[in-house]
Amino acid sequence: MSAWSWVTQLLYVAAAVGFVLGLHLMNSPATARRGNQVSTGGMILAIATTFALVVHSGTVKPIGWAVMIAGTLIGAGAGLYMARTVEMTAMPQLVSLFNAVGGGAAALVAINDYVRLAGATTGLSETVTIFTILDVLIGAVTFSGSIIASGKLQGLINSAPLTFPGSRIVNTVAALVAVGGGIYMIVTPSVPVLIVIILAALAFGVTMVLPIGGADMPVVISLLNAFTGTAVAMAGFVIGNWALIIAGALVGASGSILTKLMADAMNRSLANIMIGGFGTGDSGPAVEGPGGDVRSIQADDAAIQLAYAQKVIIVPGYGLAAAQAQHQCAELAALLEERGVEVSYAIHPVAGRMPGHMNVLLAEANVPYPQLKEMDEINPEFPRADVALVIGANDVTNPAARRPGNPVSGMPILDVDHAKSIIVIKRSMGHGYAGIDNELYYNPKTSMFFADGKTALTELTAAVKTLVG
Amino acid sequence: MTTELLTDITIFILAILVGFEVISKVPATLHTPLMSAANSIHGIVLAGAMLIAVVADNPLGYILAFIACAFAAANVVGGYVVTGRMLKMFKRSRTPVAAASPAAVSPNGHAPNGHTPATSKTGSQS
Repeated sequence: MSAWSWVTQLLYVAAAVGFVLGLHLMNSPATARRGNQVSTGGMILAIATTFALVVHSGTVKPIGWAVMIAGTLIGAGAGLYMARTVEMTAMPQLVSLFNAVGGGAAALVAINDYVRLAGATTGLSETVTIFTILDVLIGAVTFSGSIIASGKLQGLINSAPLTFPGSRIVNTVAALVAVGGGIYMIVTPSVPVLIVIILAALAFGVTMVLPIGGADMPVVISLLNAFTGTAVAMAGFVIGNWALIIAGALVGASGSILTKLMADAMNRSLANIMIGGFGTGDSGPAVEGPGGDVRSIQADDAAIQLAYAQKVIIVPGYGLAAAQAQHQCAELAALLEERGVEVSYAIHPVAGRMPGHMNVLLAEANVPYPQLKEMDEINPEFPRADVALVIGANDVTNPAARRPGNPVSGMPILDVDHAKSIIVIKRSMGHGYAGIDNELYYNPKTSMFFADGKTALTELTAAVKTLVG
Repeated sequence: MTTELLTDITIFILAILVGFEVISKVPATLHTPLMSAANSIHGIVLAGAMLIAVVADNPLGYILAFIACAFAAANVVGGYVVTGRMLKMFKRSRTPVAAASPAAVSPNGHAPNGHTPATSKTGSQS
């Protein structure tokens, strides 16, 4: 090993230390920002080292430089623009989009390597071919799957589980072709077969994510995040680069843990999500609603209930995020607090679109951190609450989850129905992702305030001010 | 080749174990920023994209390398910026719990940024 390779390898290891420390510092909100900075530092070091490697090689053609610099600048500009302009509510689909491009890039690294070496006299070694195939398969599945996931969250693709006749057969055939083609390539190097398995993997990614409903999308995005990490590590094997191997493995491991945590929070196994299809109808017959009357309420009545309560628990859900109503929510809460009402927020682990998503949104609205209570902490407090104010949360409050035999069975829920009275802000009686009626809405203690989250909260705040000022 | 491969596999497995250890301690509230942080770390694939760009020697190679560079750069830059934006919002969480008081929100609905003193519960703002 030359001194030069020693230095670059050690710099890569230093960058990897930055990634590990960065993730470690993200253990607590207090050090999380520093964690991101340390991680960024590691990344800059890794990229700078790579740049030095490229310069040192001295064999780069001008067109190679042009391709590298133009591609990087265009990509960086696009990434920067999207990251700066995205609404906090649209964060999950952006993460998914970054998964897609990351996985795509990882696959392209291996594709390029394979195509180049297949034409060379040196030929391909079998070990490299195995990693190439793994990289291409995982990367391509991540690419198409993440784009579908992102499209579903953005509303470009119907977020309901989509199946067409024979979709499962297409999925199976795509998987068989991809794996079979991969095995063939180990024995007989072939570029046409590489193209076939790329197409098969892309088709597999699409048919894998399409049948999964929007509620399970966070788990899927997390899984695809782990996939991308793994694909990047495989790319590292193909081109023999430690930085890619270490960073890819770190992300692969972290994504897997996160995926498991999320699936646990929804009391669903990963296999269940991937195969069963949430709300596709094959998980049991649709449950008829309990029927009964639904009581609706106007802003003035609701405002009085809230203003004269001693303890109010706010239950934010996806509806709050979709309506971008976190600021209005914080304003109402602050107003109630001024009147001496004890306000806290009940955060379901999968409220919003990702674990912790609701915390991010409420933090954006300057809600004091101690007011945010996690499910296990807040559930015993519901019986003491005078009013539970549910804003656009549905399935996570459905008492039907306590009974077996329906799509939400066994999912941990917030015990909203234990509160003395309940106000639900919701646009309509529409279903949540589980596709069933929420029994909470038919509870005699429940009043429905039919409005968009933002409008409703603005009206409530105004009503509290005028009525009890 | 074999020694190198063995080293690579060793590094891979140890990195996976480190990943498990580091991640399993993160509280649920930080999961979204964490996912975003992990997301930006796999942007390291930019290093791979750069390395294939410099060995490319035909039009197909150039096209593939160009797309790979653009994709990877979008991933890495966007990932870090978006994570930074998310974490910036946790800034106030550093205030001690003892001083936990309602967020000061002015009557016109604009949340103050910075260190506006929080109003007390007995405050009579309206």
